[in-house]
Amino acid sequence: MQIEPREHVAAWRIALAPVAAVFISLLIGSVLILWVGASVLEAYSLLVKGAVGSSFALTETLTRSIPLIFTGLAATIAFRAKFYNIGAEGQLYCGALAATFFGTGLITLPPLLMIPFLMLVGALAGGAALAVPVMLKTHLKVDEVVTTLLLNFVILLFVGYFLEGPLKDPMSMGWPQAEPIIDEGLFPSLVDKSRLHFGFVFAIIGSVLCWAMMRFTVWGYEIRAVGLNASAAKFAGINVNATVIRTALISGGLAGIAGVSEVAGLKGYLTLDISPGFGYTGIAVAMLAQLNPLAVILSALFISMIYVGADSMSRAINIPTYIADVLVGLSVLSILVSVMLTRYRVRFR
Amino acid sequence: MMDILEILVSAGFWAATIRIVSPLILGTLGELICERAGVLNLGIEGIMTMGAMSGWMWVYMGGDLWTGVMFAAFMGLIFGLLHSIFTVYLGLSQHVTGIGITLFASSLSYYVYRMLLPDATTPPKIEPFQVYEVPFLSEIPVIGEALFSQTPLTYLALILVPVVWYVLYKTPLGLAVRMAGENPMAVEAQGINVLSIRTGAVMVGSAFMAVGGAFITMSAFDAFFFGMINGRGWICIALVIFASWKPGKALIGALLFAGLDALQVRAQQTAGALIPYQFFLMMPYILSIVAMVIMARKASYPKALLVPFRRGERT
Repeated sequence: MQIEPREHVAAWRIALAPVAAVFISLLIGSVLILWVGASVLEAYSLLVKGAVGSSFALTETLTRSIPLIFTGLAATIAFRAKFYNIGAEGQLYCGALAATFFGTGLITLPPLLMIPFLMLVGALAGGAALAVPVMLKTHLKVDEVVTTLLLNFVILLFVGYFLEGPLKDPMSMGWPQAEPIIDEGLFPSLVDKSRLHFGFVFAIIGSVLCWAMMRFTVWGYEIRAVGLNASAAKFAGINVNATVIRTALISGGLAGIAGVSEVAGLKGYLTLDISPGFGYTGIAVAMLAQLNPLAVILSALFISMIYVGADSMSRAINIPTYIADVLVGLSVLSILVSVMLTRYRVRFR
Repeated sequence: MMDILEILVSAGFWAATIRIVSPLILGTLGELICERAGVLNLGIEGIMTMGAMSGWMWVYMGGDLWTGVMFAAFMGLIFGLLHSIFTVYLGLSQHVTGIGITLFASSLSYYVYRMLLPDATTPPKIEPFQVYEVPFLSEIPVIGEALFSQTPLTYLALILVPVVWYVLYKTPLGLAVRMAGENPMAVEAQGINVLSIRTGAVMVGSAFMAVGGAFITMSAFDAFFFGMINGRGWICIALVIFASWKPGKALIGALLFAGLDALQVRAQQTAGALIPYQFFLMMPYILSIVAMVIMARKASYPKALLVPFRRGERT
């Protein structure tokens, strides 16, 4: 078996790669559905119906995609620079904690200022959470994968301490949850009688801004150059360490905003279960989008469809909801192969 | 201060340390074997979860304990094979593949568990490995209780340390594995297939990880919970770096770590009123980061770690 690079990478192959990956994942996932004894086509059509089949389902899918777009962007920007930030989960909670700290009455501003202010402090907190791992990487050569992964656990415990201690809502009947965000800080609703909130607009704007940054700015150029070949970038006069640190802060900031959006947009208050692993799923989102910030919107919508749809499918045909996580895990693996096949051809001889 | 001293001389503390260290030794040795051959295996967290679920489920379904361990190891081999098809044969990103394997293996474990036990609200239990007191040796004060009154899987973990060291450093196979991680071209020049060596190392390493996971459900506890691996896999990766990729140092690092963890649990009981319990629970993760920072300057990575090998291609 020989793997050879293709001389020319056709655009249709790049566009087709995620489609193929999704198809393969669904195909492998169908084994698990057959095990339940359900019909595969029926199960998947239930999934689609549960995700987009009614206006309620549709708004739920869009709502669920908001944090995934932000964490997907966080992974996209970082992975572009080959900085493996696996800590978006923790950074998300840091953003949520900051929004709770400032947004529950400490500061009151008119909504037009309050919402951007909360997003700013959330982004700063998310970035700060990544500051230690990135400095350890650039200055002491400590691998960022393990430090960011381990910090997720530390941060979750830290948030748990705040929710049971200093930030606990005295009216919460003993549940570990924080006081609600004041009305000025709450994101406006987008569609009446649904949970869809203004965070979706912010997420779209965020994707476009990230895309523009990567495409048209010096920062974006430096991020891509460092990711493609750090030593060549250094030789060309790019300050690699400064670029990696900047990338990390942007990435952490995006994950932090995901936390703000969940607290100030969706729930209204912080609990320990605002994220069922959005940080990790963001990696799948970024990979399916082939690290393209605009494509992140589509892949986040798709993965959110799987989660929302799997919930209703599992209720209908009694299949464990973990099927959604299995499909997401499979899609990370299959997108790797299908993207490789856009760039290489495999020859058997 | 006196309290800490009292803890340090108590046999219970040392027995707890040895118990905590067992899955860490297995996971760390497994990751070490993979990385020594040049492949980072971030699938460890998921593979440990899979080992924990499959070994436990085997026994719950009526199998006996040792075949359960073998079944867990077998699942480790399978996921190791999957990891090496992606990273060794296809040369794909070891980081992303590993994360993908972890997401896939852990969610698959949960799926299978829910599938086979749909109505279990309280986790059902199995009859786990019992303590085996080594004749005579277990009667030595303190040491006997700590080292020789453990479950068989702990003895297995402890014995595997010198075994792995011997194979890696004293056999031609070990030399080939280490060279595959340092200079794969040289291995190829000897007429040895780098891809097979790496695949074998990743598969065996993953089997170690899976047995480490199985220890948690079949020896330390008697049930399977969601999220019960709880970052132990990541801690093992930190320990490999702390150990500079050497089995002996891995044992020392893991023991140090487990000792501090056991101390933390006991300190929680005495100082728990003063310091919130979350800060005690953070200690293992913070310690792992500190351990990596301490050793980072001296860390001598296997030279070909993360570098895919394609036959006939110049690097």
